[in-house]
Amino acid sequence: MNTPTSELAGRVKEVRTENGRADHTRGIVFEPHVDIAEMDDNLQLYVDLPGVMPDDVDVRFENRELRIHGKVTAAAPDRHFLLHEYRVGDYYRAFSVTDDVDTDAIRADLNEGVLTVHLPKAASLKQRRITVNA
Amino acid sequence: MSTMRWLPLGQFWNEFDAVDNEMNHWLQHVALRNPAEPSGVPGAYPPINVWDDADNIYLEAELPGTTLENLEITITDGNRLTLQGQRKPAAMDKATWHRRERSFGSFSRTLTLPVLVDSDRVEAHFELGDLRVKLPKSPKAKPRRVEVKQGSSAKQTPEKGKRHEYANE
Repeated sequence: MNTPTSELAGRVKEVRTENGRADHTRGIVFEPHVDIAEMDDNLQLYVDLPGVMPDDVDVRFENRELRIHGKVTAAAPDRHFLLHEYRVGDYYRAFSVTDDVDTDAIRADLNEGVLTVHLPKAASLKQRRITVNA
Repeated sequence: MSTMRWLPLGQFWNEFDAVDNEMNHWLQHVALRNPAEPSGVPGAYPPINVWDDADNIYLEAELPGTTLENLEITITDGNRLTLQGQRKPAAMDKATWHRRERSFGSFSRTLTLPVLVDSDRVEAHFELGDLRVKLPKSPKAKPRRVEVKQGSSAKQTPEKGKRHEYANE
């Protein structure tokens, strides 16, 4: 059973503010690719953060905003490139999260360069299977 | 303002079961260029950086979410490097996707390196979704200085106006 996408999408909305970037002035900052999936009991964010060590990931929840920041060690600047398809830099992305998420229970794991953020739904919203007694 | 470093292949990659082997032959020509700025060419996964110094060629690629068993690097003929593998999405029974920006599926890229490398001594490490490969340049590929000898190797001095003649000329 699926509720309309537009209603679900409102639970986690992207935030683009200049204020959120005030601390991140360490050079180039990139927006990591993100997938967002919704299941019965929770939402999951998958964020591509290659090259970021677990200690260098900062996941914060403030003012109903989920902020993800990943620090990456910059490469030596004087490389003699033969092929240069991507640059290396910090990652930052922010999303606003509505009341429908149980914000105290937000959890994040980092594996193989992918950050998975678990956002459990508030108890009232979890879909329950109702057993039917015949 | 942030920038997207490279454009994903878009809908091309957003199918769970997409199996796509892509041989990027055009990269053979790109390998000879020396751009100061990233080329930012869309369409090739994974994005690759290659640089060198006097002794080695270095390659790095970002492959978040790909596991070691799904990754393969081959070197043929001493200078053709193939990077292939697969990125599988997390198994999901029922999920509604609100955003799909990450690409999945099989990939294969082949680069022609500008010099021969010593395949036996290539080192590759995969950590935090970052692949780093170090390819030592083959001794045969290193420039060798040729000594230029003065005048003739014959016993008598050549006559004036006649240049040195090589055997079998």
